[in-house]
Amino acid sequence: MPSTLVIGGGPAGLAAAWAAVQAGDQVTLLDDNPALGGQIWRGAIPKAYHRFLDPRITVRTGVQIHSATQIPTADRLILATGTRERFLPFPGWTLPHVLGAGGLQAMVKSGLPIAGKRVVITGTGPLLLAVGAYLRKRGAKVVLIAEQAPFARIAQFTRELWREPAKLIQAAQLGWGLRYRADAWPIRADAGSVTIQGHGKIPCDYVACGFGLVANTELPALLGCAIDAGQVVTDSKQRTTIPHIYWAGAGSVDRSILEGQIAGFDLERARPLYPARDRALRFDRRIDQAFRLRSELSSLATPDTIVCRCEDVPFGAVWQQRDWRSAKLQTRCGMGPCQGRICGPALEHLCGWPAGSVRPPIFPTRLENLLDERR
Amino acid sequence: MIAIRINGQSLQVAAGTTVAAAVMTVQPGFRRSVTGEIRGPLCGMGICMECRVTLNGHPHERSCQTLCAPGMEVATDA
Repeated sequence: MPSTLVIGGGPAGLAAAWAAVQAGDQVTLLDDNPALGGQIWRGAIPKAYHRFLDPRITVRTGVQIHSATQIPTADRLILATGTRERFLPFPGWTLPHVLGAGGLQAMVKSGLPIAGKRVVITGTGPLLLAVGAYLRKRGAKVVLIAEQAPFARIAQFTRELWREPAKLIQAAQLGWGLRYRADAWPIRADAGSVTIQGHGKIPCDYVACGFGLVANTELPALLGCAIDAGQVVTDSKQRTTIPHIYWAGAGSVDRSILEGQIAGFDLERARPLYPARDRALRFDRRIDQAFRLRSELSSLATPDTIVCRCEDVPFGAVWQQRDWRSAKLQTRCGMGPCQGRICGPALEHLCGWPAGSVRPPIFPTRLENLLDERR
Repeated sequence: MIAIRINGQSLQVAAGTTVAAAVMTVQPGFRRSVTGEIRGPLCGMGICMECRVTLNGHPHERSCQTLCAPGMEVATDA
């Protein structure tokens, strides 16, 4: 029986694992989160997708690096490591009341009470609206959703949504009654407030910010898969440039599920899904275009604004560096525990530096975990 | 409900609550940065490492990726 190892238990990974089981494979699914469902579902997998939880899949959640453990081997590997938020540094963004937009939503989903708290959501993309609607449902006072994209661009995008009525209805339901403003972005955060371009200083309990999503390409990069402009290079069957390694996800839920199924199924069952996947991909590209970052956001960080939160490196120390490597060597920027996962995408925007190299282990671990305990 | 202790103080949380969510209900700070700034969670998904705490004596554990368990001892640096 051929074996498939799926890494990442979000919509793409779940779809891939299910599809691979249908194709007759023996499937193992790994995830480092406590529950399946990825960041979007976080354990609460919608009924429509419960079929993905096939009992024939061997599931391991809460995975960490331990010594002398069995390393899973498989005939093929499907990577579905998802996305993270891009953060752009602005003065005060390191204060504890400033979180990611998806970050604050994740905290609330994992038990943080938010009822009665005043929240300002800012950054860019449809996620801001989804987070605003969710937090309001949980009792938060969503004071403002400040979207950086120009009003004209959002209006144009909304007009195009008539071609996707389901998505338009969804957007209208999410946004109904929320104070959503375009051409607005964070200038600075101070304890208990945030200052938004065009809206002044707004008192709040939390600032939830996010400037789009970036794919978690560390694992495919480490395995040698080609990456282009932050995306893993794949063919129509979701194959990467390395034999037997597939990549799925890192887009909308619809697209992630389609890509997961295409990666997991045999060719015969995968091929009919190509047109739907390509349509979802085109829609995601339109979103990326509508919510692309405006140039003003490059000048939010002042010389003393910290860009690397792990090593407390201010923007003034890195902006004159030649490249990412030089910034690492001269300032320790990106050398801390997150390994540049947060400051990397920020500096890609601020300085135009492409992502640096990736080294094992993928995540920091104790030295004792890397030593062989078998005596 | 699950009983844990944060910096010696008892706290009851619902099952399924992460350590990060539990800490945020009592204080904003989780750790001190290398220059001494107070920091708390940013990404909420195990990537930024800002939510690190000491769990049952183990330092540098990501509190957002860990569920509260009965009797857990959590210590923060901030």
